[in-house]
Amino acid sequence: MATEVEETIKRIQAHKGVMGVVIVNHEGIPIKSSLDNATSVLYSGLISQLTEKARNVVREMDSTNELTFLRVRSRRHEILIAPDREFILIVIQNTSD
Amino acid sequence: MEITYSYTKRRCDFGRQPLFCEQGPEMCDTIATNPAEHKHYILRNPVHQPTQNTPRFSENYVNTIRAEYTTTGANHAEGGWPKDVNVVDPEATQRYRRKIEKDDNYIHCVMSLASGMDHYVLQNNAIDMYRTYYAEMAALPAVERNGCRTVNVYRDPDGPRPISSVSWQPEGGRRFAVAYLAVDFNRYPRASTASFVWDIENANNPEVTLTPTCPLLDLQFSPRDRDTLAGGLMNGQVGVWDRRIGGDAAVMCAPHVAHRDLVRNVLFINSKSGQEFFSSGPDGACKWWDIRNMNEPTDEMILDVVKSSFDVQSMATANGVSSLEYEPTIPTRFMAGTENGLVISGNRKGKTPMEKLPAKFEAHLGPVWSLERNPGFLKNFLTVGDWTVRVWSEDCRESAVVWSPPHRYKISAATWSPTRLSLMLVTQWNGLLATWDLLRRQHEPVLTMQVCEEPLLRVRMHEGGAFAACGSRKGNVYMVEYSQNMTQSDKNDKLLLTAIFERESKRERILEARMREIRLKLRQAEEGSPAASVTEFDSSAGDKDLAEATAEYVQAVKKELAAL
Repeated sequence: MATEVEETIKRIQAHKGVMGVVIVNHEGIPIKSSLDNATSVLYSGLISQLTEKARNVVREMDSTNELTFLRVRSRRHEILIAPDREFILIVIQNTSD
Repeated sequence: MEITYSYTKRRCDFGRQPLFCEQGPEMCDTIATNPAEHKHYILRNPVHQPTQNTPRFSENYVNTIRAEYTTTGANHAEGGWPKDVNVVDPEATQRYRRKIEKDDNYIHCVMSLASGMDHYVLQNNAIDMYRTYYAEMAALPAVERNGCRTVNVYRDPDGPRPISSVSWQPEGGRRFAVAYLAVDFNRYPRASTASFVWDIENANNPEVTLTPTCPLLDLQFSPRDRDTLAGGLMNGQVGVWDRRIGGDAAVMCAPHVAHRDLVRNVLFINSKSGQEFFSSGPDGACKWWDIRNMNEPTDEMILDVVKSSFDVQSMATANGVSSLEYEPTIPTRFMAGTENGLVISGNRKGKTPMEKLPAKFEAHLGPVWSLERNPGFLKNFLTVGDWTVRVWSEDCRESAVVWSPPHRYKISAATWSPTRLSLMLVTQWNGLLATWDLLRRQHEPVLTMQVCEEPLLRVRMHEGGAFAACGSRKGNVYMVEYSQNMTQSDKNDKLLLTAIFERESKRERILEARMREIRLKLRQAEEGSPAASVTEFDSSAGDKDLAEATAEYVQAVKKELAAL
C-alpha cells in the first residue's frame, strides 16, 4: 500500500507542468515533498493557514457545505490544494504554455 | 521696641519648689491709639470667619514601576514537531516522517485526494481556462424569438356564418372586406347575405354593410382604387360595390352573360383604367369584365386543356376553377387552380387554344384551394389542396419543388408574407395557424398557433406584413400580429432563398430527366422486343447529370476548404 502511494505521487509529478508536490499533515509538518525543506516548510505553513481560512469561509456561508478543492492561480504558476481532515495535498503547476 | 522680661534665679534656689506669691499686674508697655489712623480703616461688618474642624491632610504623588510592551511577530520556522523529535536532527525527522507514512489514514487520504488532483492537473494542461477565447469574433445576433398573438376578433353580427373571403384594402389601408356565405346544400341562404367592410380599430361594428342579392363568394378590393370592390355571387353574376356607399351593388353584370354556376373567384387585373377584373367558377370559364360596361364580358376563355391543336375547347370538358392567381407585373398571364387538382397557366394573348393554356401542373388530388405567387420570386408559387402545401417552380412541370408532409387536418388556405419572402401562413381545419419559414426549417412550421376551435377557412396578410386576418367557419375574423423578426427579411434572405429554390428546382429537373430516360428506355424495350420485359436500364446515360452534380459539389467543397 505504501508503494501505491509512492507510485501515485510519482505519477502526479510526472504530469506536464508540475513543479512540485507537497503533502502536509494537520500540524504543519511536510510529510512528503519534492521540493527542498525550506520551501516545503514555507508552503506548508502558509497554505495550512489559507486552507483553514477557506474552510471556514465555506462552512460559514452554508453549514452543510464543505471545502473540496482550492486553486490559487498566479502569473507564474498555479497552486492546487486538495484538503482533507488530516492532510493537505499541494501541487504546484506551471500554467504558462 | 522690644518687650522683654527676664526671669532671674539664683543658683542656690535651683531645684526648689516654685513658691508663687501674688503680685499685682505690672504694666510693661502701652501703645496709645492713633486717631489719625482711623481714617484709613472702616468697620468690617459682617465678618465671615470660616472654621472647620477636620483633620488636616497633605497631598503626595506616587507611581509604580512601568512595564514596557512591544508587539512583534513570531516566525515559526518549522511546523509543530512533537516535543520528543529534535528538529535539527535529519535522522529523527525522517524517522518521524516514515512513521506517519505507514499510517493507514495517510495512505487512504492520499489515494483519495490524488485522483481529484490528477483531474485538475490534466485539466490545466489541456486548456487555459481563464483566457478569453473568441474575443475577436463578432457577437452573434440574439436568438430569434418568433411570436404571434391575436390582437382582435371581429365577430359576425348576423350570426355564425362561414367566411368565404377576406380582402385587405390596398396600399396598406386599415380596412378589410369580409364576405360571408351561409347556404345549405341546395344553395338556399340560411342567414342574411350581408357582407361587411371592417375597420381594424373597431371590432364591435363593421364600418360598411354590403347587401348583395344573393350570397357573395368572393369580395376583392381594387388595387388601384381604394373604394371599389368587386364581388362574385352565388348565382353566377359579378357586381361592383362602392365602399363609401355600401348597400346594393353599384353595378351588376347582366344575368344572361354571367357564369353558368357560382363565381368562386374574382381578381382585379392590371389595366390602364384600373377598372377591369376577371372572374371564374366551377363552370370552367374565365370572363374578363370592365366596370364601365357590365353588359357583356370583354373577354372569355374556357379552361379546357386540349392535347392537340385540332381539338376544340368546349364547356363540357372544361375544368372547374377553384382559385385564381394574377400578378400585376406579368399583365397578360394568369393562373387558375382547378377543382380536379390541376394548375393551369393561361395567356390572354394566345391565338390558339394551345397557346392560351401553355402549361399545366398536376398539383393535388383534390381541388386547389389556394394559389399564390411569391411576391419576391415570381417564378415560384404555392398551392394548397388535399392535405398538403406545395411550392412549385414554373420550370419544373412534373412535380413540386418543396412540399409539406400530409397533415392530419385538411389545409384550407395558405398565403405568402408580402414582406418576409420565405414566410408562408397556412390555416388548418382544426383552427391552427401554422407559419412556415423556408429559410429556417423545411420539414415543419416554425410557429403554430391555435387560433380558435372551429376550422379556419381563409387567411390574408396585410401589406405591411405584420397583421394577418384569418376567417373561421363561425364567422369570426381573428387579427393576428406577428413579432418583428417575422415581418422583415434580412438582407441575405433573398440570396439564400434563391439558392434554396434553385437547388430544389435543379433536383427536380435532374429527377425529371432521369424519369424521361427511364420511360424512353421502357418504350424502346417494348418496341424492340414485344415479348421481353425490361430487365436493365442503361445506367450510364443518367450518370451524366449525376457526374455534373458531383463535379460541382467537389469544386464547391475544395473552394471552401481553400478559403478556411
